[in-house]
Amino acid sequence: MNADTKTARSVSENPCRMCMPMGGILPFKGIENAMLIIHGSQGCATYMRRHMAEHFNEPIDVASSSITEQGTIYGGEVNLKQGLKNLIKLYEPEVVGILSTCLAETIGEDIARITSAFVKEQTGSSLPRLIPVSSPGYGGSLTEGYFQALYSIVENVSQESPPHHGINVIVPHISPADTREIKRILDVMGAPYTLLPDLSDTLDSPYSKVYKRIPPGGTPLASIEAMAGAQATIEFGETLPDGLSPGKYLRDQFGVSLYRLPLPMGIAACDKFLELLKTLTGNPVPEALKKERGRLQDAMIDSHKYNREGKAAVFGEPETVYGISRVLLENGVTPAIIATGSSNPSLKGLVEGLSHSDEAEPFILLDTDFAELRRYCAAKEVNLAIGNSDGRFLTEKEGLPLVRVGYPIHDRIGGQRILSVGYTGTVMLLDQITNTLLANKLNHYRNDLYQEFYRSAGAGQFE
Amino acid sequence: MAINKADFSLIKERRNSIHSKGKNPLPINCQTDSVAGCVSQRACVYCGARVVLNPITDAVHLVHGPIGCASYTWDIRGSLSSGADLFRHSFSTDLREEDIIFGGEAKLIRCIDELFKLYRPPVMLIYSTCIVGVIGDDLEAVCRNASERHGIPIIPVQSSGFAGNKSDGYRAACEVLLRIIGGSEPYSHKPYHLNYLGDYNLAGEAWIIRNYLEEIGIKVNVSFTGDSRYDTLLTAPTASLNIVQCAGSMGYLAKRMAEIYGIPFLNISFLGLADTKESLRRIAYFYNNPLFNERCEKLIHREMARHAPVVYQFRRHLAGKKAAVFVGGGFKAISLIKQFRELGMEVVMVGTQTGRQEEYETINELVAEGTVVLDDANPSELERFMLEQGADLLVGGVKERPLAYKLGLAFIDHNHERKHPLSGFVGAANFACEVYQTVCSPVWNYVDK
Repeated sequence: MNADTKTARSVSENPCRMCMPMGGILPFKGIENAMLIIHGSQGCATYMRRHMAEHFNEPIDVASSSITEQGTIYGGEVNLKQGLKNLIKLYEPEVVGILSTCLAETIGEDIARITSAFVKEQTGSSLPRLIPVSSPGYGGSLTEGYFQALYSIVENVSQESPPHHGINVIVPHISPADTREIKRILDVMGAPYTLLPDLSDTLDSPYSKVYKRIPPGGTPLASIEAMAGAQATIEFGETLPDGLSPGKYLRDQFGVSLYRLPLPMGIAACDKFLELLKTLTGNPVPEALKKERGRLQDAMIDSHKYNREGKAAVFGEPETVYGISRVLLENGVTPAIIATGSSNPSLKGLVEGLSHSDEAEPFILLDTDFAELRRYCAAKEVNLAIGNSDGRFLTEKEGLPLVRVGYPIHDRIGGQRILSVGYTGTVMLLDQITNTLLANKLNHYRNDLYQEFYRSAGAGQFE
Repeated sequence: MAINKADFSLIKERRNSIHSKGKNPLPINCQTDSVAGCVSQRACVYCGARVVLNPITDAVHLVHGPIGCASYTWDIRGSLSSGADLFRHSFSTDLREEDIIFGGEAKLIRCIDELFKLYRPPVMLIYSTCIVGVIGDDLEAVCRNASERHGIPIIPVQSSGFAGNKSDGYRAACEVLLRIIGGSEPYSHKPYHLNYLGDYNLAGEAWIIRNYLEEIGIKVNVSFTGDSRYDTLLTAPTASLNIVQCAGSMGYLAKRMAEIYGIPFLNISFLGLADTKESLRRIAYFYNNPLFNERCEKLIHREMARHAPVVYQFRRHLAGKKAAVFVGGGFKAISLIKQFRELGMEVVMVGTQTGRQEEYETINELVAEGTVVLDDANPSELERFMLEQGADLLVGGVKERPLAYKLGLAFIDHNHERKHPLSGFVGAANFACEVYQTVCSPVWNYVDK
């Protein structure tokens, strides 16, 4: 197995990585009636809101403690407390996530201490649940920030609860459409569940006559409290390090059995998920889902010859990249390059476990940037890119068609509606991949073959 | 009738930043720090500096800091280039935990050297981010040494995010531009040459204006900073006039260039038919050359004949509709109020992120009684006043767009992401068309209001 990290160069050119606070915002957006404040300078909150608003096409409200020069020198405690007071007045949330930033951590702000001091000062008034998360931008990528926040939420909220038959389902950052699909599968299987976080309505909210500043939906606080009493946790996070695993926390603290699964992308991963649900609920897989599975198989056969011509570079967050790689390998598309901006330690081993022995092994790029990815795409003669919109330079500069999936999607509409999990989602992703390969072929084959084989008859030589 | 200011906001510190014409007197509270926890729509010093400098097409723009600052500003703006595209790449020193502990200078030096070797740029701009000052990196010294080593200007941009607001970033950028053009050879003013300040060549806007001016007989040395290059920036001191479009970002540069180089400046605006006409006439008139006035009138006549009917055609559908405006600077807000007037529309709410007192005074003179004026507004305020004032449309940026849509309002992107020009006569026609397309879209017939 080949692997490479960006050790030869110091400079990052065209980042393939977002920062921890960006990841930290996302889970809180999937908690019912939650708001956030970022302890840092005003720009962090604004840039992240802008990025998210473009992807989700939803208003993204995130407050900032707006640390200034004064705050940087004398500490930002006053700003954070004032900020909390103001945002509570404006939004009346039940939960407030408090995220730190590069600046806050570097000047030594202890947000956990400031939070408890604030609670003490405010005794008498009913406060929302305040959840501090340490998320310095330099401490990791979006994925680490996401799970750090999720971990803090579970650690903060879950408490000894009477045992119940519910299943905890913990998801990495997937689209609202993906979230809805996983919920539908759980419903169809008759599984009682708590899904964390639940972005399905909050970041893809229906138009309604009355606008709510905190969009309805999300995992209720009470359900998170009761996660400690669940019969099991399903955590879609095979690439997740133990230290960031909320499922592991629930197992170690409360004895909830933990099942780690890959995201249900591709037939094998979907089967795994349904097998487990069958065991946990005792319910059979209903006919409707069996038909969806059959349609996926039918689709796989229909497109297998086209897919065999695909040589793809996949990039994005580790768990998504892993899920997509599974789909590619099942369908004979070569995942020539599997890349992530995160320094994830387990992705390489996991992919190694998947690839068929007669195939060229995928090339894994960790902690990468798009300049490096672009060079490898050219060197390995990739003909397809799969990942978020930041891969657009691969199209512009290398002529590689890009299948857009993941986050952020900022140069197309509908990032929140991209569906790629479950049997049905897999078919949709696969069709996109196949059709992108087909379009590329159909656009070029006449000219390619003409260039390769057509020669005008030489004058006179046959006489 | 005096209004009870407590009605303006739940947040005491915000009340003096909201104003209702005719109901409470100016001044409005502006040019101050954002209030913590209020969800300001402003970004930071770094954002302001990056907006102004990034369109320099052949510079290496290296962000010294953790990855986020470079990640969220990679090629997000629609500045066009006639040549180099180095500016569309986002370079970062990508500082990690160990750099924070031991200092980032060593990595910065390595990055500068790598980039010089790789791209041989004529100039490098090194942006500082929030933590650079805190961890004690001496950006000036690193840049000075690197400059000597490589024989090109390598200039630090003092853009630590917390050190003020977006306006302070504009100013930091102007200081950098002064440093760049300070390296020019001795100069003499060329009579019919000017610099065009405060246009970032979004969707080719600076090209459109340059074509107009050249037709009149006036040469544009360089646009600050749309489609500028290091060598064109160096020609700036030879101009005999600076014209300033975006005064918020470039007013300072114009003033400083007047002091240093003795170049007078005119504040102009190419947004809307009326402003474009007036601005061209003022520029032509400045040169006191009858031929220029003649060519200017000819150009105006031709362009008006082509584009004014488009504006008037859409006006028929738009007259009487109400607009809300929330943009970055006061200059744009003022132009938009006038431009909506051309379309027969009234502005019922107007706010800016970083407007100045004198701009708010002009706004106040222009708008009708009862119009709400806000500085550094937040989503709650925008929501409330758009609804209360019965706006049909919001003009804003990416963050404001989904809010407008959720409230069932039409929307105009008037920010750096736009992909069609809104400047000059053609821009005025595009603007009218865009307003029509969104306000009169059939989709509004199918949503419950």
